[in-house]
Amino acid sequence: MENFIALLSDPIVAAILIAFIPLVFILVYALVVLYGEMKMAAHIQNRLAYMENGWHGTLQPFADMLKLLQKEDIIPAAADKLFFIMAPYLVFVGTYASFAVLPFSSGFIGSNIDLGVFYLVAVSSLVVVGLLMSGWASNNKWSLFGALRSAAQIVSYEIPGVLAILGVVMVLGSMNLQEMTKLQDGGIQNWLILGGNFPLGQKLALVPFMVILFFIYLLSSMAEVNRTPFDLPEAESELVQGYNTEYSGMKFAIFYLAEYANLFLVSAVVVTMFFGGWTSPFGSFMSGPVWSAFWFVAKGMFFVFFNVWLRWTLPRLRVDQLMYVSWKVLTPFALACVMAVGLIMVW
Amino acid sequence: MTTDLLNTPKTSTGKSLRTEEMVVNMGPQHPSTHGVLRLEVVLDGEIVVDVIPHLGYLHRCFEKHCEHMTSYQQVIPYVDRMDYVAAMTNEFAFVTAAEKLLKIEVPERVHYIRIIMAELQRIASHLIAIGTFGIDMGAFTPFLYYFRDREKILDLFEMTCGARLLYNYMWIGGLSHDLPPNFIEKTKQFIVEFKKSMTEVNDLLNYNEIFIKRTAKVGVLPRDLAINYACSGPMLRASGVDFDLRRDDPYTLYDRFDWNVVVGKGEVGVVGDVWNRNMVRQNEMWESLKIIEQAVNSLPEGDVQKAIPKRIRPVPGDAYGRVEGPRGELGFYIVAEENVTPFRVKGRAPAFVNLSVINEISKGAMLADLVAIIGSIDIVLGEVDR
Amino acid sequence: MTALTTYFVDIYNSVHSAMVGMKITIGQMVSPTVTLQYPREKKPMPERVRNRLYMNFDDCIGCELCAKACPVDCIDIEVLKAPPTENLGETSTGQKKRIYVTKFDIDIAKCCYCGLCVYPCPTECLKMTDVYEFSEFDRHNLIYNFTTMTPADVESARAKVKVYDQEQAAKKAAAAAQAAAAKAAAAQAAQQTPAAPDAAQPSPAPKQEQGQNQNPPAPESGKEQQ
Repeated sequence: MENFIALLSDPIVAAILIAFIPLVFILVYALVVLYGEMKMAAHIQNRLAYMENGWHGTLQPFADMLKLLQKEDIIPAAADKLFFIMAPYLVFVGTYASFAVLPFSSGFIGSNIDLGVFYLVAVSSLVVVGLLMSGWASNNKWSLFGALRSAAQIVSYEIPGVLAILGVVMVLGSMNLQEMTKLQDGGIQNWLILGGNFPLGQKLALVPFMVILFFIYLLSSMAEVNRTPFDLPEAESELVQGYNTEYSGMKFAIFYLAEYANLFLVSAVVVTMFFGGWTSPFGSFMSGPVWSAFWFVAKGMFFVFFNVWLRWTLPRLRVDQLMYVSWKVLTPFALACVMAVGLIMVW
Repeated sequence: MTTDLLNTPKTSTGKSLRTEEMVVNMGPQHPSTHGVLRLEVVLDGEIVVDVIPHLGYLHRCFEKHCEHMTSYQQVIPYVDRMDYVAAMTNEFAFVTAAEKLLKIEVPERVHYIRIIMAELQRIASHLIAIGTFGIDMGAFTPFLYYFRDREKILDLFEMTCGARLLYNYMWIGGLSHDLPPNFIEKTKQFIVEFKKSMTEVNDLLNYNEIFIKRTAKVGVLPRDLAINYACSGPMLRASGVDFDLRRDDPYTLYDRFDWNVVVGKGEVGVVGDVWNRNMVRQNEMWESLKIIEQAVNSLPEGDVQKAIPKRIRPVPGDAYGRVEGPRGELGFYIVAEENVTPFRVKGRAPAFVNLSVINEISKGAMLADLVAIIGSIDIVLGEVDR
Repeated sequence: MTALTTYFVDIYNSVHSAMVGMKITIGQMVSPTVTLQYPREKKPMPERVRNRLYMNFDDCIGCELCAKACPVDCIDIEVLKAPPTENLGETSTGQKKRIYVTKFDIDIAKCCYCGLCVYPCPTECLKMTDVYEFSEFDRHNLIYNFTTMTPADVESARAKVKVYDQEQAAKKAAAAAQAAAAKAAAAQAAQQTPAAPDAAQPSPAPKQEQGQNQNPPAPESGKEQQ
């Protein structure tokens, strides 16, 4: 028994165990959100989805998972084998590594580093490399198209996203996500979307710019994840499935998992920066390590479902219009907001 | 555009880079070509340089089959299956041609019921056209809303003739069944529900800014090009040409009703672009509702099977009968000789003729626009390939 | 409008139309669904519906009008004309049946469900029912045999027809022989009178004999229809 406890307090073993917690969370969350997205899409479209397995289809995600696991993994004969196999894992790693800095609750954060947001933005750019590799290695013109479009899209939308993050970092004074959340503790009036924990004049002046920065970050995060209205890389009606076309079985499952994980990641960042992370809107009521985990997950899921709602409502933008929105609409507004926020903070 | 890389001076502009055009196959199986249509697309980056359609993947020798029947009435199930999405229109065109050939006059009640069925079928066909066009653009929801409404129309058809998609309802000289007792009340109920649903989808899809940005000023078909390529139907009317067979070449009693021909006005974008074609189809559904309402309220009495001939033995000759279908001018040219079966039946499919214009209007468009253009031509491969 | 105004108007329009769309979808989300959960809930079929064919074989008079009317030739009929001495019964509409229907197959896989076969049937024995769930694992199970005559029945019917035909042929031969004998008697009677038409006598006799030999094979090959 003592050996066991000594083993647990060994730093490497402890680190591995802590790294498993977000992985388990991602796997459970993927099943839940798969079911939730399909059911929500169905009810928007006046139909029922998933009614057979389990009560109203609740066991269906398990059936889907089992199906994907036992499918034959086909690698096209002329594909670039090494890159073909590596690509989905690279995409997943880019997303999963960023989960390390997300503050899941007041008592748990994977890795409490001072560079929190900076690290997050940097590592999640690995996803672009993975997508390009998958498009090129598939030896398929359509996949290549999808991968090129996706790379252009993700890289362009990082700029307004990072500028929005810059604005928030300037206001809160720290890049550490746990610090950012703690600064918004104490009730809904302290959330950054409503001005933050500042004297009233400064607070009211900040609100419009925070709202605009929130929208900018929301849009650019949707583009990072390739969700409609920005899902041209995987436009089903044009490119069959974009960079995903040649993948089947486990690798496809990894891509799918990575997309949902990425979706939660960006929702979690939105929630942490603008909506108070794991803080409870009621101040000290319903707070504590366990309650704060609940608040964090609940707020994150709200934005995930907001994304789902938008996906099933809007048509998709064309590539050049996507670029137009990023460079000519989001970036100027983000720059203007950053300047204004800077002036307010200094003044 | 290739240049000799060895002998060109190295400049910092992109002009010395060798670029090639990529030939991509939007192959027969593709989610957005509405059937088995193969398009060979020559691309320069994302810009389309040339589009070559390859047809024939759904050819079923229907015109040859029609020469080996034992009666003219037997041709009607075959004609149904040409444009399977709007079967009443095909039957209407064929019986118009056959009645011209055999010089049969049908009672008024038959005319009215045929008009009601044709307009209901026009609505059903436009619902598919707009719905699948929405899916091509990425809006998945309006398709399902419109299919819910199409179900109601198919229920009306099932109540009348027993089948949901391929009716065998309009016979030479009359109809196979008279209207069932509760048809009129169900139609009125449908009209009320459908108006509400159309307004909803209009707001959701047609006036959505993203949809407008995708479709306005794209795939512009100029007036003279439309007339030269013999386009018809919503494609022609969206380019500003005020021509509708129901009014300009009357084949039945459309002049008794008060309705308008919908012509594209360029409300958003340019006259003749993709958005206008979509809007013409949407507004045509409103006009069809008007016609159905008036027809149902003023239906004359009569026997629908009075004029059906017992044996059809035509005098040798030929006749061409055409109707305004949802896709355009659908016509049948029947050549008859002293025989129970026709000598030759030729179907003039509007989708086939409209598809021929795709090369001209998609030069210079991007690949995503090409999908929009195909969706707006509204092709049904059964008609294109017969 | 300057480019700048267009720019801001575009942004406003995008956000506004997106919000209008979102309101519509959320409104639909809380309204009831229209799905029928087949196979637990099935839609009631109207009475004129055209699904699987059904045929009441007792009423079939073997006129083959349905096979002629079918555009895809999915009805396969073989008939045998019954001798008048046989009593095949009556249909429910009161018509007397005179024809053995030895084969009545409908290949329901070929059927195009147009309903053209239903209209010409004089006894209304062919109907379209509302059954639409009749899939099979083997394609050959979709050929429906409606005849109630077993192979033994068919053989006995053929035998009866053959016997009748032979009787008819024998009767005809006997009648022809009688007629020939009558004619010969009349000719002989004419011979008793002045012997002027001597040369005319021998010619009728050989012709009659040749005629008798030709008659018997003909009815058998003509009446047996395959």
